[in-house]
Amino acid sequence: MVGVVVRRFFQLILLLIGISFLVFTSMYIAPGDPAAIIAGPTASQADIDAIREDLGLNDPFLVQYGRYMNGLLHGDLGYSYQTKQPVWDAIATRFPNTLKLAIASIIVAVIIGVVAGIISAIRQNSWFDVSSTIFALAGISIPNFWLGTVLILIFAVNLQLLPVGGLDAPFYTAEGLKQLVLPAITLGTGSAAMIARMSRSSMLEVIRADFIRTARAKGVRERTVIWVHALRNAMIPVITVIGLNFGFLLGGTIITEQVFAINGVGRLMVQAIAARDFPMVQGSVLLVATLFVLVNLIVDIIYTFIDPRISYD
Amino acid sequence: METGAAVNTGHTTVGLGRKKEKMYVTTIKRLLKNRLAVVGLIIIAIQVLMAIFAPWLATHDPVKQNLAAAELPAFSEGHWLGTDNYGRDIWSRIVYGARISLVVGIVSVSLGLIGGVALGLLAGYYKKLDGLIMRIVDLLFAFPGILLAMLIIAILGTGLINVAIAISIWSIPTCARIVRGSVLSVKKREYILAMKALGASNARIIIKHILPNCLAPIIVFATMRMATAILSTASLSYLGLGAQPPTPEWGAMIAAGQAFMWTSPHMTIVPGIAIMLVVFAFNVVGDGLRDALDPNMDINQ
Repeated sequence: MVGVVVRRFFQLILLLIGISFLVFTSMYIAPGDPAAIIAGPTASQADIDAIREDLGLNDPFLVQYGRYMNGLLHGDLGYSYQTKQPVWDAIATRFPNTLKLAIASIIVAVIIGVVAGIISAIRQNSWFDVSSTIFALAGISIPNFWLGTVLILIFAVNLQLLPVGGLDAPFYTAEGLKQLVLPAITLGTGSAAMIARMSRSSMLEVIRADFIRTARAKGVRERTVIWVHALRNAMIPVITVIGLNFGFLLGGTIITEQVFAINGVGRLMVQAIAARDFPMVQGSVLLVATLFVLVNLIVDIIYTFIDPRISYD
Repeated sequence: METGAAVNTGHTTVGLGRKKEKMYVTTIKRLLKNRLAVVGLIIIAIQVLMAIFAPWLATHDPVKQNLAAAELPAFSEGHWLGTDNYGRDIWSRIVYGARISLVVGIVSVSLGLIGGVALGLLAGYYKKLDGLIMRIVDLLFAFPGILLAMLIIAILGTGLINVAIAISIWSIPTCARIVRGSVLSVKKREYILAMKALGASNARIIIKHILPNCLAPIIVFATMRMATAILSTASLSYLGLGAQPPTPEWGAMIAAGQAFMWTSPHMTIVPGIAIMLVVFAFNVVGDGLRDALDPNMDINQ
């Protein structure tokens, strides 16, 4: 068991190295001279050359990559072209907001998705089942930035119930929670749809299983049969889906942050891409990719623990 | 060397061997029985027609500004969907937007398919290439969703062409994996081994025999990828990384309309409905195709 975790850990390290290499190479080959950007439009060629030398941009590729990796290990992600401030600071201040949004959305998605999926499975082909299937399909198709905008329109503009955007209040206050509601629903809907689909099909399979028949024959209450026995087994593939959805969610935070003007890493990344601020792009993309890989790894490990039928890799 | 019914050459025998129906006919029949898929097909057909006949369907020039008629609500005189803050007719912009979404979608999915199928075939057939190609694919999979597309745009710069390129590159890993899976399972079948023993060249085996058997998952993937492509184009344009003004792209329209939500909500609502309908249509048709082609097929999404 420990061997599996250790092996996965090494795979993770390799993957992270690969990701950093890919991100670094992407920024390296991107057109645009960093020295010229930093120097500004009024600098002379001599200034630009001096900056090039200073930043070590004339060194061969591998040397630059090595320096970058060395910086990574020490927490130095370089300096933004726009603000001239350390990239790490900018990302670190914004990261909690993104995390708040992601966690709130996953909670919303799991609760809605699992409950809807299970009820659909229990009452198969009822109006609930049919309508939630269509909702699920619609949920994957709705552009979440549009859903967010429409929700803002209804709840913030017309009904004036919830704030329009921002995430500055701490999450344990009423104001903070109110700020989280719309973004979490916006982001969670797509995932809820996928989770509902998966829960439904998984639950349908489990309900037909022999051990469920046995439990019923033994006289166990239907409630217990469903919510204890069937649920536990049906959740196994659902957990994988939830883990996979986390990636989808991470991509979604980028857009949702834009809609609700939340100061998170996603918004930072978009601004950096538009402004061709390469160190910032590098840093934020690296962070998101690393997070994604980590979560997948954790889901994988949880999966091996939960399903006793699965032997270690 | 054409063999008989034991090999999948596209013919299935229906009934007592008297009626022979081609596989695609059976598929289409099964697809049409799925009512939701039919709705999807109708929506797609409408979009295609809108795209082709845009100059005739549009009532106004989609990019020409007319500040005298700015921010008219829906069902106004001459502008049945209203106008935006520059006085541009929204219906006309939607019609031309259909063209943009469809074209970017088709281009990016096609390019993605070419790359993905090529890589998948190579990886599945040649064991030596498999390891290398799959490592790179796994690396690309480490980037969640739209992030890879955004990284590519960070390199190439903004604009619709770069969006198409970004989406196609982003589609290659998934497509390659699916094709590779198909190739691996087909490779084991006896008639392939027989062909090899008889001296058929690798290229011939791959193209004439393995590829046709992989078509089913590829078609389903292509359809569902159209949905993703259209949604992603809209998302990237919404973020300002895709279509630049005054291009009438649906996502960009929503972004522009957000500032006017209090006064003219229709500016954001209308393009969103368009996107939703089209993406829903492709998703539903893709689902239907998957069920019609083979209910047991496992699509690695």
